Amino acid sequence: MKKYTPLQIIVHLYAWSALALLIWDAFSGRLSPNPIQDFEQRTGRHAVTLLVLSLACTPMHTFFRWSEPLKRRRALGLYALMYASIHVLIFVDLDYGLAWSLIAQTVFEKPYILVGALSFLLMIPLGVTSFDVWKIRLKKTWKRIHQTVYFIAPLVILHFAWSKKGALFSLQGDVLRPFLYALVLALLLLARTPLKKIVRRTNSPAD
Amino acid sequence: MRYPSNIPSSEITPKDVYLSRRDFIKASGLVAGSMALAACAPDAPATEIAAAPTSSATDELGDLVNSYEDITNYNNYYEFTTDKQGVAGLAKDFTTAPWTVEVGGLVQNPKTFGIEDLLKLFPVEERIYRLRCVEAWSMVIPWNGFPLASLLEAVAPTSDAKYVRFESVYRPQEMPGQDSPFYPWPYQEGLRLDEAMNDLTLLATGLYGEMTLPQNGAPLRLVVPWKYGFKSIKSIVKIELVAEQPKTLWSEIQSNEYGFYANVNPAVNHPRWSQASERRIGELTRRPTLPFNGYAEQVAGLYKDMDLSVYF
Repeated sequence: MKKYTPLQIIVHLYAWSALALLIWDAFSGRLSPNPIQDFEQRTGRHAVTLLVLSLACTPMHTFFRWSEPLKRRRALGLYALMYASIHVLIFVDLDYGLAWSLIAQTVFEKPYILVGALSFLLMIPLGVTSFDVWKIRLKKTWKRIHQTVYFIAPLVILHFAWSKKGALFSLQGDVLRPFLYALVLALLLLARTPLKKIVRRTNSPAD
Repeated sequence: MRYPSNIPSSEITPKDVYLSRRDFIKASGLVAGSMALAACAPDAPATEIAAAPTSSATDELGDLVNSYEDITNYNNYYEFTTDKQGVAGLAKDFTTAPWTVEVGGLVQNPKTFGIEDLLKLFPVEERIYRLRCVEAWSMVIPWNGFPLASLLEAVAPTSDAKYVRFESVYRPQEMPGQDSPFYPWPYQEGLRLDEAMNDLTLLATGLYGEMTLPQNGAPLRLVVPWKYGFKSIKSIVKIELVAEQPKTLWSEIQSNEYGFYANVNPAVNHPRWSQASERRIGELTRRPTLPFNGYAEQVAGLYKDMDLSVYF
């Protein structure tokens, strides 16, 4: 039998139990009186969380020499896309009842929906090319495609922040959670700049 | 008591509905006018009320009122938490008695009223109003209260008074959300004097025939049904007549998104939400949002010379 590592179990358990819990809550009437919004918000939050976690894998290796997260990166990214897909499906189907003209109007009139839609579309190629065959076939292009996540992730956080009542940049209103996500993401992206060499040198002289 | 002549007959509660309501009131031992008694028993079981005939009442457009359960468990009340379902739990021990409201500013008779004084002075009536949140969800709510106009007439605004400013209670030890540095507490709101004097503008003290629960803004809140919900300030401690347009909490935070007027208007979009449609709580499909939330007949005249895309 194949042996699973604790980290591997945690990743899969988180992704599936969160979905199971959502379905359980829906069927046992534990959602709020606005259940469609609950679905949208909870799937959205899981998508953002998983995406940020997938971006934490490389720094775990860079700074702590812990290589296992690198093997979990693909699963985290794919789960993020899975939740984003459910999120979008709920939006167009349950929320807007596939009323495409109303959906189109909403997407183009509301910057936060536009940003969300854009980041979702940009995530699709990453999901599609996430398998080894594509990695081999696309060579250097593969890396370039997957580096677009550095652009997508801030868009996703912006979408999250703009969906709240408040102003992210002046830190007013209901923006604490998106702000914390933005902070973590900024650190994770910073960890990929030349700064990482300096930090690594001062942190681990034995390296 | 003055009644405006322009209330459509459809808005008047049908006789059988209010008669059955009276039966319920008798049956449950809540004699009409004993609101003060009800205040002594704020822990009366909610289930009893939810079963009331009020739950089969409709607004003047024929839409059923939302359940007591939904109205008291899905609340935007950031002084407690931004989690709509979390408000009821956090607010359950909130002190609403004793409570006084200071009414002053540009008035001839400034006065501080206790809630019990207000209930004695102004006859409480039931008003079934639609509430449209700026977040694009809505409910139909059977409020009990009295027109703000009656209170304002009692304190007699001077001719310099042009606006009314409202202030919520600031009590961080009981309202954990007020510890958040992200909001300029206390909550404040405002109305133009003619808006405040409109008969639709209500000071609510009750819900479903019972005293309002803390999560719904007890003991005294504003209800302005043709404006987005955030205008309907909760737990009021101060009402002030002023000459200049007062600051409001949400326009302080984001003035390009939350205007002073905040009239429900499907033609003027919030920059981040569609205002063209809404979800009525309890329904799965979206419904179109009505200009002035369906109260255009009574209030559109207040804004007849104004560009509502500028004064949003």
